[in-house]
Amino acid sequence: MSKELIRLADISMAYDGEVVLNNINLYINDSEFLTLLGPSGCGKTTTLQIIGGFVKPTAGSVLFDGVRINDIPPHKRQVNTVFQRYALFPHLDVYDNIAFGLRIAKLGEDEIARRVTEMLEVVGMKGFEERKTDSLSGGQQQRIAIARALVNRPKVLLLDEPLGALDLRLRKDMQVELKRIQQQMGITFIFVTHDQEEALTMSDTIVVMDKGEIQQIGTPEDIYNEPKNAFVADFIGESNILDGIMRADRLVEFFGRRFPCVDEGFAKDEAVDVVIRPEDVDIVPADGGHLCGTVTSVTFKGVHYDIIVDFHGFKWLIQTTDYQPVGAVIGIRLNPEDIHIMKRSKYSGMFGDYSSYSAEYDEIGDAALAGESEEQEEGE
Amino acid sequence: MKRQFLSGPYLVWMLLFTLIPLAIVVYYAFTDSVTGAFTIRNMASMGAYLPIFLRSIWLAVVSALICLVLGYPVAWCIAQTKPLTQRFLYMLVMLPMCISFLLRTLAWVSLLEDTGIVNRLLGQLGIGPLRLVRNDGAVILGMVYNYLPYMIMPLYTVIMKIDPRLVDAAQDLGCDGGQVFLRVTLPLSVPGIVSGITMVFVPAVSTFYISQKMGGTTSTMIGDVIESQFKTAYNPNLGAALSLVLMILVLVCVAVMNHFTGEDESVATI
Amino acid sequence: MKKASKVVTVLVFVFLYVPMLVLMIGSFNSSSDLVVFKSFTMDNYRALFADGVLLPLLLNSLIISVIASLASTVLGTAATLGIHRMGKRMRRFTMFLTNIPMTNPEIVTGVSLALLFAFAGQLMKIKSILGFWTLLIAHITFNLPYVILSVQPKLTQMDPNLTKAAMDLGCTPVQAFFKVVLHEILPGIISGALMAFTMSLDDFVISYFVYGPNFVTLPVEIYNYTKKPLHPKIYALFTLLFLAILAVMLLMNILQARDTARQRNSRQKARAGQPTV
Repeated sequence: MSKELIRLADISMAYDGEVVLNNINLYINDSEFLTLLGPSGCGKTTTLQIIGGFVKPTAGSVLFDGVRINDIPPHKRQVNTVFQRYALFPHLDVYDNIAFGLRIAKLGEDEIARRVTEMLEVVGMKGFEERKTDSLSGGQQQRIAIARALVNRPKVLLLDEPLGALDLRLRKDMQVELKRIQQQMGITFIFVTHDQEEALTMSDTIVVMDKGEIQQIGTPEDIYNEPKNAFVADFIGESNILDGIMRADRLVEFFGRRFPCVDEGFAKDEAVDVVIRPEDVDIVPADGGHLCGTVTSVTFKGVHYDIIVDFHGFKWLIQTTDYQPVGAVIGIRLNPEDIHIMKRSKYSGMFGDYSSYSAEYDEIGDAALAGESEEQEEGE
Repeated sequence: MKRQFLSGPYLVWMLLFTLIPLAIVVYYAFTDSVTGAFTIRNMASMGAYLPIFLRSIWLAVVSALICLVLGYPVAWCIAQTKPLTQRFLYMLVMLPMCISFLLRTLAWVSLLEDTGIVNRLLGQLGIGPLRLVRNDGAVILGMVYNYLPYMIMPLYTVIMKIDPRLVDAAQDLGCDGGQVFLRVTLPLSVPGIVSGITMVFVPAVSTFYISQKMGGTTSTMIGDVIESQFKTAYNPNLGAALSLVLMILVLVCVAVMNHFTGEDESVATI
Repeated sequence: MKKASKVVTVLVFVFLYVPMLVLMIGSFNSSSDLVVFKSFTMDNYRALFADGVLLPLLLNSLIISVIASLASTVLGTAATLGIHRMGKRMRRFTMFLTNIPMTNPEIVTGVSLALLFAFAGQLMKIKSILGFWTLLIAHITFNLPYVILSVQPKLTQMDPNLTKAAMDLGCTPVQAFFKVVLHEILPGIISGALMAFTMSLDDFVISYFVYGPNFVTLPVEIYNYTKKPLHPKIYALFTLLFLAILAVMLLMNILQARDTARQRNSRQKARAGQPTV
C-alpha cells in the first residue's frame, strides 16, 4: 500500500463520563478502502465523527498527513462525509446539492458546471440535474450524496452506514458500485457498517470494534480466517467455538481427543479457544469420523442446509449441501487447516455455542440491533 | 458547538418580563397599599371574595363543558371531510378569534336585549319579551361563544392524528359504530379534551369584559374585581393578592387536568 | 350519530357567525342602533375615513403588532436554536419559563407587567412610564412562546445531519444556518410570526393594563368606546378588518394547499422512479 494519510493516536472519548472510545490507535493509508465494523454502540460512528471533525476526542491526537488536526473545524478539513440517510438538502435540486460545496468555496460557475456534470457521470445520474431530491429513490439519493461529497475532491471520503436504508438487492449493487467509484477516484474511503458481509465484500482493511476498543485490524481474509478472539470469530461469519488445550505446537486437545492443527507459538498446555467454521466440517459415515454426533435440527438455506449436531451435549452448527434427517447419526472429519486456535480473551465462553440455536434467532437479533442503532443516532 | 448562548437574550427577557413581574405581584400582595410595610391583610381579606371565586369557577367549568359538548361533534365532523374542506372549515373556526372579541360580544348584547333582535322575532310569534341578557346564562353564552374555537382546535388536531386503521381494527374485532367511538376514538381524544378544557377554562375563569357586558349586577367575576382594583378603586395591593390567588388556582387546575392524562408536560404546548 | 353531529356543526357555525353578520349589517345601516335596520347607506364608511381618530388608532395597533411580531420572531427563533442544543435540565427550565405566559390567565400577565412598570417608574422617577415602549415589551413577551412553540417542531423534525453535511461541505456554522437550517424551519418561523402578529393586533386584556394615554391601540380604545353607545363607523371598521383577515387567511390556505399538493406529487414521482435503479 501507499503512504500513511491519517493516524489516530491514543484516542479516547467519553460523553458525560461514559467511555465510548478507549485508547484507539489506527493508521489509514492513502487510497485505501477501510471499514470500521462492529455492533451498535461499539464506537465506530464516533470514530468517524472524530475524523470528520464533528466530535472532539477527550484524549489523543488525530493526525492528517502528519499534522495534528484536533482543533480544525469540519469545514476546514480535507475530508467529506456521506451521512446516514444521506442528509440531502431538501430545498435544493440535485444540481444545487452537488454544487453546494463548490459554491461555498466560491468557484466560478463554469468550473462548477463542469465538475458537477463530471461527478453525475461518475455516479451514473446524468440527466437528473433538475430533479428535487425528495423525488428520488433511496439508491438515487445515495448516489447524489456520494457525488455531493466527492465533487469537492476530498482526500478522504467518510461513509456512515450509507447502505443501511436500502433494500438487500440495491445494497448489493451499491457495494459493487462504491468499490468501483473508490477505485476510479483513487482516494481513501472510510466506511462504517455493522454488516460483516458488506465489510468483507468491499474493504482493503477491516477494523473490528466492540465496546469502544479495536478488536482486530486486518484484510478481510485475515479477519475471517484468523480471528483474534471469540468476539471477532462470532461477529464475522458463523463459528463453533470450543474450549481446548494446546498440548504442543500444532497439536490441540478438545473433547478429550488430540487434533493436529497449523497453529504454533502457544505455551505447552495453555488453555485456548478453538474455532471451527461451519462450512469447513466434512461429514462422513458415523464410523469413519473423528467425532460422532446426532442431528437435532435442519434448516434449508437455499445453497446449503444449516444442521445442528449434538456432540456429547455440545451443539455445533454445520453447513452442508447434503441433506441429513433429524436423528441421523453422523461422523465428521476435521483437517488441520480447518482448526483455528485463538488466545483466551474476555470474550471466551460468550460465543460460539449453538445449544439454543433457532433459525429465527439471528434475524430477531439483527432487528434488535437495527432498532438500537437508530436510537443511538437520535442521541448523538 | 455551544449554541445555547442564542437563548441568552430570550432567557434574560423572560426573567425580566415574566419571572420578576410575578415576584412583584407576590411583593405587592404582601405589602400595605399606604405604608408599603409587610402585611397579610390583603391575603386575609380573600375570604370575602370566596363567593366570587366560586362563581367564577362555576361559570368557567359550565362554559368549558358546554364547549366540549358542542365542540367535539364539530371537530369530528371537520376531520371527516376532504382535506381541502378541512382546511377551509378550520379557518372558519379560527377566524373569529382574530377579530375584536369586544365588538362580537357587543353584537350578542344587541341580539339578546329586551328590545333586541331575538326578542323582536319572538314577539312576532307572540312570545316574550324574554329576559335573555344580564344574567349568568348570558355570561355563559358569551364565554362559550368566545372560547369555543379554543376547544375545537385541539380536539380537531387530536382526532386528525388518530390512525384510521385503529378504527378499522376495532370494527374488525367486532365493534359497532357506537362502540368504536366509546372504546377507541374517545379514549384517544383525551389529550385533546384536556387541552381544550384548559384552554377554555383559563380565559373564562379570569374574564372581565364578558361579565360586565352580558352579566347582571350579581354576575361579577373575579376578573372584574381585579380590573376594578387597578382601574377604578385603585388598590393594586389587593389586586395583586387577588391575581396571586387566581394564578395559583389556575395552576392547580391545570396540574390536576394534566394529572388526568398522565403527561407532565404542560398542555399549553399542544 | 353522524347526522346529529352534522346538525350540531352547522348550528355552531351559525352561532359563531351570526353576531358578526349583525355587525356587518349594522355597518350599512343608516340608524346607529344595531337592532333596527332603517335603510342601506355607505355613510358609515365615509365617516370612518373622514374620522381622524379610528384610523390612527388602527395604525398604532399595526405598528405595535409589526414590531412586536418581528422582534419576537427573531428573539424566539434564536432562542429555539439555543434550546435545541441545551441539556435536559436547562431545556426543562426554559420550557417552563416559556409555558408561564401561555398558562397564566391574561389578566394576571397584564397585572404583573403593570406592577413591574409601576415599580420601574418609581425607580427611574418617571411619572408616566406607560406608553409605546411598555406596550411593545408586553406584546413581545406574550408573543415569544407562540414563536418558540411553532418553530420548535420544525427544528426537531429536521435531520440533524443536514447541519453537519453543510459544515462538511465547507460552511461555517453561521453559513450552515442561513444556507440550510433556515430553509428547513422557515414554515415554522412564518406561521409563528403570523400567529404573533394576529395575537398582537387583537390583544385587548394585556394591552389594557400597560397602555398609556399617549399611545393607545385600537382594541383598548374600542373598549373605552363600548362604555357608551357606539357610532356605527366602528361597525364599518370591523367589516373591513374582517374582510382583510379573511383575505389573508384564504391566501395562507391556498399557499399551504399548494405546498402539500407539491409534496404529494414529488412523493408519487419518487415511487414511480424507484424501479429505474
